[in-house]
Amino acid sequence: MAADGAVAASARVEALGGAATTRRRWSLGWGAFVVHALLLLSVAVIAFPLYYAFVISTQTLQEVITRPPILRPSTNLLPNYVEAWTRSHMTRLLWNSGVVAVVSAVGKVTISMLSAFAIVYFNFRGKSLAFWLIFVTLMLPVEVRIMATYEVIGNLGWLDSYAGLTVPLMASATATFLFRQFYRTVPNELVEAAQLDGVGPLRFLWAFLLPLSWANIAALFVVLFIYGWNQYLWPLMITNTEAMRVVVIGLEDLIPRTGTHIPEWNVLMAAAMMALLPPVAVIVVMQRWFVKGLIETEK
Amino acid sequence: MKRAVFKNRRLPYLLVLPQLAVTLAFFFWPAFESLRLSFFRTSPFGDKRLFIGLDNFRKLVVDPDYYRSILNSFVFASGVTALALGTGLFVAALATQKVRGLAMYRAAVLWPYGIAPPVAGIIFLFIFHPSYGVLPYWLSFVTAYEFNWLLKGWVAMALVVVATAWTHVGYNIAFFLAGLLAIPASVLEAASVDGAGPVRRFRSIVFPLLSPITFYLLVVNMIFAFFGAFGVIHAVTQGGPGRATEIMVFKAYKDGFIGLNLGSSAAQSVVLMVVVIVLTALQFRFVEKRVTY
Amino acid sequence: MKRSASIVGVLTAAVLLAAPAPAAAKTEIHFWHAMGGQLGEATNELVRQFNQSQAEHEVKALNKGTYPEVLTAAIAAYRQKNPPHIVQVFDVGTQTMLLSGAVYPIFQLTREQEIAIDWNDFIKPVTGYYSKDGNLYSMPFNSSSPILYVNRDAFQKAGLPDRPPATWREVGEASKKILAAGAAKCGFTTSWPSWTMLENTFPWHDQPFATNANGYTGLDTTLLINGEFGVKHIGQLAAWQKEGVFSYGGRMGQPDPKFINGDCAMLVQSSAVIGGFKKSLKFEWGTGQLPHWGPPYRKQNTVVGGATLWVMKGQKASDYPGVARFMKFLAEPHQQMWWHVTTGYLPITHSAIKNLETGHHFKKNAEQWTALSQLTAKPTPNSLGHRLGNFVQIREAIEGELENIFAGTKTAKQGLDDAVAKGNEILKEFAASNRP
Repeated sequence: MAADGAVAASARVEALGGAATTRRRWSLGWGAFVVHALLLLSVAVIAFPLYYAFVISTQTLQEVITRPPILRPSTNLLPNYVEAWTRSHMTRLLWNSGVVAVVSAVGKVTISMLSAFAIVYFNFRGKSLAFWLIFVTLMLPVEVRIMATYEVIGNLGWLDSYAGLTVPLMASATATFLFRQFYRTVPNELVEAAQLDGVGPLRFLWAFLLPLSWANIAALFVVLFIYGWNQYLWPLMITNTEAMRVVVIGLEDLIPRTGTHIPEWNVLMAAAMMALLPPVAVIVVMQRWFVKGLIETEK
Repeated sequence: MKRAVFKNRRLPYLLVLPQLAVTLAFFFWPAFESLRLSFFRTSPFGDKRLFIGLDNFRKLVVDPDYYRSILNSFVFASGVTALALGTGLFVAALATQKVRGLAMYRAAVLWPYGIAPPVAGIIFLFIFHPSYGVLPYWLSFVTAYEFNWLLKGWVAMALVVVATAWTHVGYNIAFFLAGLLAIPASVLEAASVDGAGPVRRFRSIVFPLLSPITFYLLVVNMIFAFFGAFGVIHAVTQGGPGRATEIMVFKAYKDGFIGLNLGSSAAQSVVLMVVVIVLTALQFRFVEKRVTY
Repeated sequence: MKRSASIVGVLTAAVLLAAPAPAAAKTEIHFWHAMGGQLGEATNELVRQFNQSQAEHEVKALNKGTYPEVLTAAIAAYRQKNPPHIVQVFDVGTQTMLLSGAVYPIFQLTREQEIAIDWNDFIKPVTGYYSKDGNLYSMPFNSSSPILYVNRDAFQKAGLPDRPPATWREVGEASKKILAAGAAKCGFTTSWPSWTMLENTFPWHDQPFATNANGYTGLDTTLLINGEFGVKHIGQLAAWQKEGVFSYGGRMGQPDPKFINGDCAMLVQSSAVIGGFKKSLKFEWGTGQLPHWGPPYRKQNTVVGGATLWVMKGQKASDYPGVARFMKFLAEPHQQMWWHVTTGYLPITHSAIKNLETGHHFKKNAEQWTALSQLTAKPTPNSLGHRLGNFVQIREAIEGELENIFAGTKTAKQGLDDAVAKGNEILKEFAASNRP
């Protein structure tokens, strides 16, 4: 699947690059060999941790803790993966994580787009206030305000629900920030021309901005999907039944944290490999959009 | 530059309403609750609470561990940002050169972004493990110095910085790639005609054109590393050894969650929120002026 | 209550019809715990056994994270007026639970539900830790004791006799011989440094860890670990750290690999790792009691580590019978024995221990007996347990200072003094928050 993605991706990039090769790329002035070598080195360094995790997921526990470390894959792959799958009830976990990731990503993109549109393309009373109210949320992790947010969710009756899992994740302004940056680069002439044609704001958003924004949206979707997929502490707090748990909780569940039992690192890494396939796949498949979309920001 | 706007009166309110609602409910309401809680001393189960005014804040001001956590946050954030931005730019520059197989290279460097921080933390825990990790093992051939993160604070800090930067580098690469690829041909043509070499071109043309992206990434990286990078430290060092990796957000979490001192934790959250607000304001007021659109 | 007849009727019907229990009126009991990995499996199995043994109640067990995460989740839920029925809280959370006003003491629960559990059947160090005024407040669940694990192959290579060192002096001498013979890279290390080297070592030598009988008799407690005994013991460890006899390996279970790998010839760790070690150790190994300094100190007893089950207030009255029955189920010898054999945690009732003895269990599992043998003496005020508020933070402060001591940046006296200062501060804060 990754290979297909890469082939399709490279086709797209060729198409994109085809347009780009008529541009002069900024050249480092180094030969192709050097560039290839450095790229391979970068890939190796970046990919090594995952390779290592994969190797551990194929070993027996004995092999995991041997010294010197064994860096070649071993033969225990199938038992580890089967064990990880059955013990964690993976299907349910993957489903829940998927719901959280997709819903929170789509939700956040939607509300952010609307807000950024309002802020950039309108003047209204209280605009500054709205701006600041939204943008102060640029970052404060849930972990720090978790008890209070738990109370809010409890009061809303959203404990142990998809609503409780997804909506609080939408409360930060990073996406709005990005859309704002992007909208500000759209040429004034476009807006004025549309207005002359009698196009109303909503029509403008739908027919003009949205098509321009697709790649931006795709990029954001990737980021938000991953953020939603990798949640741990918040879902742990608000889910009270096995049926609502997400995949990172399932992973942590495999670790005996009492410090009195030795973790089965090999099974844990097998579960981790299964858990990281969807987000990594999303990146690999969408990376052409990712990059393309961000280019649009720059026009 | 005067921006073209639409003239509707009620529509903008409707448009911002969803986000405002979510922000008010899940950011400001808890923030207000935290503020309220920070003025009390409560027993964990909430059965006893005593109003103590600014006492929780006063205790923070005289607590050396709190200053330690502030310093740690700066070190951590700077380290992560520098590493993730620098590597990101370097790799992105490489990945825009005229070589074959770029798409594969790109896919191959972007994907770590998808790994959950706890998982990344655990993997690097292995790699850095003093007893069975590869890194100390390889380093033992080069030097006799014991890279034991369990005893040496700076090694632990290096561990969490590297692990956190690793998960975030893909994000930066993607944005830098976009920025580099978007540089109009005409500009580069003009520069090379002028006889400017690659380095000169980078400094005077490419870098300024990258500035919106760089600004955005700088903001996002710093804020992420200062306020949001929690997963790795939580999964691996829990702030140790001896508080060497205890950054502000982790301390706020630990005091509340594990120490069950909800008043102090709330006070620390309030401080963090104030800092975020101030930083955001500063960023938009001053730094953005230097960004060319 | 005269439910017995109807219970028999329901069970018979269920068995005869071999059909799923009727959907109506099965009370759900929520049990939040911190048992992950293999322990989680064992817990789920135990719960499954209970659920299958009767049809009126269904216990739903949920791993809510680590011990602190479980406690915080329970607190948050309680404040939302929606707590679970049963919460597993670690030993250091005892004082917090006792003073919370949110718990339904176990002795009261069983008395009011007319379920008879013989509290005298539980071993004294366990009941002592979790009782107030002679009444047991929480149900002991997973208990362990710190013991010495010994790599017998390394001992052999160093020409040492094949028995575990009993005194700290012997530990030192054996380590030096092992280092000289190149049989290992370090003599010994310890997991859970505060728990083993201070919280247990003090009671083991009948030394007071804190005033007020370790916090039992008052809230204005202060720590005593920087006294002569503490400085002597930790000072020796620090000196040994410099010589390579002792090698600090981190907190909780992080040092375990040093022993598993053969880097260190001895390890002080909880008895709960016996099961895991049986599967993972590749060399000949044995166990001994926690080392002792010998005269003039008495050999007293160690205090139990682990966690217990607390029942929360605020549930429907009709739920509590099920909770009580689950507790009784856990206390039965069969379950005690099964839990012990499966997880390595100690059997904590006399009847279970006797049954195991009859089956020669401890002959085949001498290591488990090592642990139990440390819990047989009648506790003194110094060895009943610890009842300190915010103990998690105190332990944190202590372990931070221990790290400074072992890294050589502070002397033992300095580090312990600082730990005591921080700990006393924390205790004062706790007392202030809990003043009635």
